[in-house]
Amino acid sequence: MVRDITLGQYMPGNSIIHRLDARSKIMLLIAYIVFIFVAGNYVSLLLMTLSSLLIVMLTRIKFMMYLKSMKVILFVVIFTGILNIFYGTGNVLWEWQFIHITDGGLSNALFVTIRIATLVMVSSILTFTTSPSDLTDALEKIMKPLTVFHVKVHEIAMMMTIALRFIPVLLEEADKIMNAQKARGADMESGGVIKRIKALIPVLIPLFVSSFRRATDLAMAMECRCYNGGNGRTRMKQLKFTVVDLVGLLFCIVIFTGVILCNIYFKSVMI
Amino acid sequence: MAVIKAENIGLVYGAGTSFEKTALSEVSFEIEKGEFIGIIGHTGSGKSTLVQLLNGLLKPTDGRIYLNGKDIWEEPKKIRNVRFKVGMVFQYPEYQLFDETVYKDISYGPKNMGLSEDEIDERVKKAAEFTGLKKELLDKSPFDLSGGEKRRVAIAGVVAMNPEVLILDEPTAGLDPLGRDALLSQIRDYHDANKNTVILVSHSMEDIARVADRILVMDHGKKIMLDTPKNVFSKGRELEKTGLRVPQVTKIMMLLKEKGIPVNQDILTIEQAFNEIINYLGSKAEG
Ligand SMILES: Nc1ncnc2c1ncn2[C@@H]1O[C@H](COP(=O)(O)OP(=O)(O)OP(=O)(O)O)[C@@H](O)[C@H]1O
Ligand SMILES: [Mg+2]
Repeated sequence: MVRDITLGQYMPGNSIIHRLDARSKIMLLIAYIVFIFVAGNYVSLLLMTLSSLLIVMLTRIKFMMYLKSMKVILFVVIFTGILNIFYGTGNVLWEWQFIHITDGGLSNALFVTIRIATLVMVSSILTFTTSPSDLTDALEKIMKPLTVFHVKVHEIAMMMTIALRFIPVLLEEADKIMNAQKARGADMESGGVIKRIKALIPVLIPLFVSSFRRATDLAMAMECRCYNGGNGRTRMKQLKFTVVDLVGLLFCIVIFTGVILCNIYFKSVMI
Repeated sequence: MAVIKAENIGLVYGAGTSFEKTALSEVSFEIEKGEFIGIIGHTGSGKSTLVQLLNGLLKPTDGRIYLNGKDIWEEPKKIRNVRFKVGMVFQYPEYQLFDETVYKDISYGPKNMGLSEDEIDERVKKAAEFTGLKKELLDKSPFDLSGGEKRRVAIAGVVAMNPEVLILDEPTAGLDPLGRDALLSQIRDYHDANKNTVILVSHSMEDIARVADRILVMDHGKKIMLDTPKNVFSKGRELEKTGLRVPQVTKIMMLLKEKGIPVNQDILTIEQAFNEIINYLGSKAEG
């Protein structure tokens, strides 16, 4: 069911990570992702992975949730892992016709797998601990300098907020309409591709109609509350940097320095 | 033999996740052929969940459901046949309309059943008549109709499948009082004419009392009572504990009785109440 997907879902809480300012979380996440790729050997990558695990523990969200978010991209992880097994150099361990498995290939596969898993984990930390509205607010603030180039930052942020807000609503609606058509004997689980696409029409049309209805209603409601763009608009919940953000920044600097040092002192894995 | 028999059914949404929610537990009942059943309960008591189980849109996590003595989930591949036999009109069904014309939309269900053109034509016309849709509306786009008309089209779309059991989930929600009464009477007429089994979900005691032979009262996912309206309302106090109210006229009669006036409490409509009070006053004048 669509409801079981945990990737990109906010889980309210009051942990130290929840209390970090959304702007710092976004910036630090970007830095973290860069450094996951900078880490060039097992020691530095392990440093990244273990420090992310530490942050995961600090979020006080069940580890099961992170595993579930990885389940969605499990396919990608396995695929890249397997691909890397076959494209390595080094001592041949096993050979069959054109397939050679080398120790270098195995090592690459393991390395890439850990890398992607860590990547998903840190990204989940951001989406799990930041409410969508904080997230888009922070993005708007971060992108603010782009207004110089006539980028409509506020509009983009507002669109993102609305889109994020309505995804669950639309999923639920699609579920409902699908049930209603199934009750009228719609058959969506069998037949070829064409037949299945055709079977979707009775679901898609009502879904579109109701999306447009919702859009008009929302636009009307916003105008009734005198919304007229971002100029001069103030916020009820101000984003604020606190000591926690400073600690987070220091923590990351320490880890990143460690990664650079490990990169220098240990041999690189990837070719 | 009972048309529908539920045996200890239970349903948990999102089992095994952090959103786990028990919507229904240990519900058992039997519904006889040709009965008119009303289901009532406060918001979130599991009414919609229950009716979706009855036509196989949801699969119970516990227990079994029998249709004409056969377990509906015995052959999961053939669940579509169950849905043809147990027709279901959803809450706010007007949002499921999709086809170019009203006629085509109503014929969607019969078409899925694989009926012949002539048969479909006959059924569409009959269904439109039953739900009080005027002929000239059949060629219009369903999106150009009023809310109440759309509702009728959606109901006709299910009635046209001629199901053995017709389930309606709050068909009168959001209609004006006149439209509500008209729709209820039409549903009752449909039931009387075809001798079909009808299950009606509603929030309104007044509505249910008017049309149902028996009432199923739900509370927090459990069955509280399944009995005739008279018997259900005679347990007024018990009902109030579940956040439901007996119809206002019934309530008045109950209060009169408490004040020591010997009137019958089993009153469901204003007319009955009127006669009862006149009788009482008459007997008092004589005595
Ligand atoms: N798809 C779903 N996923 C998770 N929980 C659900 C889902 N549908 C319903 N529920 C929950 O199950 C419970 C019963 O819901 P149900 O829709 O059956 O209530 P209802 O009696 O029909 O209420 P109403 O009178 O408001 O229509 C509610 O607490 C609801 O939150
Ligand atoms: Mg409901």
